Amino acid sequence: MSPRSRWHPWVMLGPTLALLVLFFVVPIGVAVYESFFSWDLLTPARFVGGENYAALSAHGHLLGIAGRTIAYSAIVVAGTVSLGLALALLLDRPGRVFAWVRASIFSAYVVSWVSVALLWMWMLDGNGGVVGRALRGLGAGPVSLLGSVHAALPTLAVVGIWKLTGYAMIVFLAGLQSVPPALLEAAALDGAGPWSRFRHVTLPLLAPTSAFVATTSLVTSFQAFDVVRIMTQGGPARATELFVYAIYEQVFLDLSVGKASALTVVFFVLLLALAALQLRAWSARMGVDR
Amino acid sequence: MRGRVTFRSGILVLAFVAAAAWVVPYAWMVLTSFKTLQEIVQHPLAPLPEHLDGAAYREVFAAIPVGRYMAVTVAMALSIAVAQIALALPAGYALAKLRFVGKGFAFGVVLACLLVPAQATFVPVFLMFAKARMVDTMTALVLPFAASALGTFLVRQALTSVPDEIIEAARMDGASEWAIVYRVLGPMLKPTIVSLFLVSFVFHYNDYFWPLVMTTDDSVRTLPLGVALLREQGTGVRWHIVMAGNVVLSAPVLALFAIAQKHLVSAATPRA
Repeated sequence: MSPRSRWHPWVMLGPTLALLVLFFVVPIGVAVYESFFSWDLLTPARFVGGENYAALSAHGHLLGIAGRTIAYSAIVVAGTVSLGLALALLLDRPGRVFAWVRASIFSAYVVSWVSVALLWMWMLDGNGGVVGRALRGLGAGPVSLLGSVHAALPTLAVVGIWKLTGYAMIVFLAGLQSVPPALLEAAALDGAGPWSRFRHVTLPLLAPTSAFVATTSLVTSFQAFDVVRIMTQGGPARATELFVYAIYEQVFLDLSVGKASALTVVFFVLLLALAALQLRAWSARMGVDR
Repeated sequence: MRGRVTFRSGILVLAFVAAAAWVVPYAWMVLTSFKTLQEIVQHPLAPLPEHLDGAAYREVFAAIPVGRYMAVTVAMALSIAVAQIALALPAGYALAKLRFVGKGFAFGVVLACLLVPAQATFVPVFLMFAKARMVDTMTALVLPFAASALGTFLVRQALTSVPDEIIEAARMDGASEWAIVYRVLGPMLKPTIVSLFLVSFVFHYNDYFWPLVMTTDDSVRTLPLGVALLREQGTGVRWHIVMAGNVVLSAPVLALFAIAQKHLVSAATPRA
């Protein structure tokens, strides 16, 4: 439709565009600019060229951060997709009991990361935590999971899975509604058992849904911060130093704006790569929905 | 026949195991919050508190100004949710219904911003607010989220299926463009707007990251920060207090979830 006046569209879009540009577009430019300076927020900034990037790359620091973030995300994605699918299949049944179970699992997605992180710190506590005590009983020793260099990152990932599985389950449940019952009946008449019906009918039809869930939880877990800040502060010995936490550390604990900006730029480039992946997965899903 | 009965009870058992994995942690949180420090130290695994002791809750209220933090949190989340809807309606209308030069560019900006999370912008935005001496203000908490790329996108998508005739008829009746946006189209998009409002409110009520990086003192501290601080202050095993704070923080969201479950679930599964 033609607008009543030439400036109407811009008045309507103006505030939104101005805020989005100011808080989402301009900052990326500022981050690129600041990444070439050395600045501690107090003394004047000094141009250092690519030094910040070089310093981060030294000793495998940047590689370590990226590797840990990818490892954390990989565990979370694998866990949420498989567990979410399994729970959707298990709970896709009528009745109040199943509705209640579905709601309890999804509720973790609605509660804050702060609540979930504190809750699990207590659950994992070696003295009073249900899980912590059980592990001690199994002979895991008094070493706490969050204090172990090898176990801390997978433990955070399990907490992430607990938080996000409800979301994956809900999306899979919606996906299951689009599997035509006639197709399953036809397969059954042809002699296909439950497993082969799932393997050859349901699973292929859920492929776009799986891609959607996987990419969404990938992007979410790539930005993980709260669990790290609350549960481990990046420790022990940097074992849980993920990307966003590393940026936070650089700017607020080390007062190194330049390095934090350089990390932000790298983080942003990685996010763009993920976004490309996400767009492909989402358009596939939309294609099926239409 | 017998096989079917076994199958059904097997399913039920599995469902209860799954439910337990999510309900037991909540239950442990609530039960712990009613215990005393002595009980936690002496009988850490006793499931039930000896008697319902509200001391941990009194300690939470003594340690942090719960009422003020809650007020700040709700005011912030409410302002963001309302602003997002107020701005997304006209912006979505322009993108869905109006023909103008530069529309592709404007839509491109909105789509591009969908891909940029606050985690990738907080360093420069913090520097901007620091320069403007606006760290530790409500503005620093609300303004960066007052416009929502996702909200604008969803309103635009919803409006594309509204027939042009409705808008033409309203124009004939002499309604202004603003009246069309807020009084005619707004109510028609009620499901979208309710979902948008709830998701935005819950997200920002829960948000820990942004208030953490945009505040350095107590002036506009939010409840998630305050509750997380309970643990940082707590030396040793004051977990009954931390869990009491956690109940205070999560109970409103769980209550909202119980009331508006349908909207929150449908918002989580966007139909493109």
